[in-house]
Amino acid sequence: MEIPKGVDRRKRIVESIMFGLARSLSYGIVIVLLLILLFIAKQGIGVISWSFLTENPKDGMTSGGIFPAIVGTILLVIGSMLAAVPAGILAGIYVNEYAKDGPTKRFIKLMTNNLAGIPSIIFGLFGMALFVNQLGFGASILAGSLTLGLLALPVIIRTTEESLKSVPDTFRQASYGLGASKWYTIRKVVLPSALPNILTGVILAIGRVSGETAPILFTVAAYFLPRLPTSILDQCMALPYHLYVISTSGTNIEASRPIAYGTALVLIIIVLLANLAATALRSFFGKKVKTN
Amino acid sequence: MKFSRIIGKSMEGLVKACGYMSAFTVLLIVLFLFREGISFFTLTPIEEGYSLWVNQNNPVQQLSAAEVKDIFDQKITHWSAVGGQDLPIGRLTLDELAEAYTEEQLGVSFEHIPDCINHYIDSLPGTLAFFSDQWVGTGLQGARRLDMANITPAVFFSDTEWFPTSLPAARMGVLPLLLGTLLVSFFSILFAVPLGLAAAIYLAEIADDRVRRILKPMIELLAGIPSVVYGFFGLVVIVPLVQETFNLPVGETALAGSIVLGIMALPTIITVSEDALRTTPRYMKEASMALGASHWQTIKNVIVPYAASGITAAAILGIGRALGETMAVLMVTGNSAIMPTSLLQPVRTIPATIAAELGEAPFGGLHFKALFALGCILFLMTLAINLIVERVIERPEKA
Repeated sequence: MEIPKGVDRRKRIVESIMFGLARSLSYGIVIVLLLILLFIAKQGIGVISWSFLTENPKDGMTSGGIFPAIVGTILLVIGSMLAAVPAGILAGIYVNEYAKDGPTKRFIKLMTNNLAGIPSIIFGLFGMALFVNQLGFGASILAGSLTLGLLALPVIIRTTEESLKSVPDTFRQASYGLGASKWYTIRKVVLPSALPNILTGVILAIGRVSGETAPILFTVAAYFLPRLPTSILDQCMALPYHLYVISTSGTNIEASRPIAYGTALVLIIIVLLANLAATALRSFFGKKVKTN
Repeated sequence: MKFSRIIGKSMEGLVKACGYMSAFTVLLIVLFLFREGISFFTLTPIEEGYSLWVNQNNPVQQLSAAEVKDIFDQKITHWSAVGGQDLPIGRLTLDELAEAYTEEQLGVSFEHIPDCINHYIDSLPGTLAFFSDQWVGTGLQGARRLDMANITPAVFFSDTEWFPTSLPAARMGVLPLLLGTLLVSFFSILFAVPLGLAAAIYLAEIADDRVRRILKPMIELLAGIPSVVYGFFGLVVIVPLVQETFNLPVGETALAGSIVLGIMALPTIITVSEDALRTTPRYMKEASMALGASHWQTIKNVIVPYAASGITAAAILGIGRALGETMAVLMVTGNSAIMPTSLLQPVRTIPATIAAELGEAPFGGLHFKALFALGCILFLMTLAINLIVERVIERPEKA
């Protein structure tokens, strides 16, 4: 068979040019994104020390540490997960195990997707209207946790649903065959085998929640509160809000730059750890779960 | 046996209730947003507890927010300009009253203030007086309370000025904010989509598995970095860069916002388009290759067209993210609420406006409700985008 030489050569040249372009663009994107992380890491690594992590901010937030912000973020993560994890897992069980295919199931899935697509500032507005004002919690850890919990809810529902979907039907049938009820089967057979994947989703939700700023602006975050909160109706500081404040509206922006770099690095490390933990968990249990 | 059945039944009820929770939450969000947002249009654009007064013989019945602001900014100086008599407009506020009358005339505990206002308006019939209800009480005998026109949706969407806290009348035109939001999002997507598509093609078709296994988790990781960190990076790197490159007085511009948003949208666009490209059936690729097409020609003529709807969904999803992004935009765009005319100018987006102003808006007041109305607009835009994406993707349900 004869291939016309000119056409073939041109085809190959075009192909290698386009492939080269796609390759360099891809590497370019990843390199730029990594440079962002490295830049912040380089500026922030010198700032982070034991005292930075365990001291209160001092001198109008131009020196000292970020201890109250770390504690605040931990409290908000715990609070939001207490609210979102049980409800999210039960909702995922309903969608995958109970709901029959049809308009109801489609409606619930559509609403879950819509909830996931609502911008975080809208959650902030809503949290302020419902939890802070209507229910009278005031700007408090309770209001902030519930707002963040709603934000994390669709993430947990969707991972739970995907995880349950990956449990083979034979497991359920075997359990029913032995005379177990539906709920007993879910509790003793389905949930345990889906648990690692669900946990992966929860860890990723923690990573997401710990970095959110817009939902906590009006529901909990305190500009400067150099003490630890004493009740769930107290305000608290939080890492992402602290970073926003000291990099845009602090008393002395230039002087607090090192602290801003340090805070940004701490936030990145939290997300990094959450991702690493999720990946480790995933490969440990040797199963893949889609999370987005 | 019976007991376990009761537990099973009650768990089923609980599970079902939780299943409806996301739908319920969306409903609550709609309820609370729109309750405040719609009631905005029932308020007059004058701060609660204040009122405007004119001479009883003044034929002008109603003024709009824009007219009142122009009068107090001295841009309108004649009643004839707002459909009244041929009289110059005189402004009267508490400061001017205190200058015009002695303390004795005003009274020891200012109890004679209403009389003084009456006297002033009577002697100067072109006066427009602006007073707190604390001073004028239930009314003035010699003067008439001037109504202000509500901010109608038509005004809200067409007014080009956003001065939510100006006295005596606020101006709330959503147009500069809406255009700012669209401008920043549009340009971020303009450069993020081609780049993201190239990377998705590389990951889905060209890269070997080893490279892919390294790049993919990195991109996913970058999607998890908080927006406030991207905003901070934009503030310390992109903003000075833009300022120096274009020799601008300030670097906080729409361009800086677009760049930061584009970077943030990349992981989403890459992941969704790559998934779409991967759905191309193997036999289609093989058929194309068998006809003598090169790999690149196959990608260009078979795979990308096949995945077109998924790639569109990725772009729309990217726009949705960009529209609603708050913190990063708030930190790098400079936040001046003016009609955007170029990329090298500060702009203010809708989410940034809410974030920046809600903390200072008195609860339940005009400004507060205006911000909720902005929230409604943002909600409707992102809802539309979500529904379009649902339609475009039409995910096949895998059993």
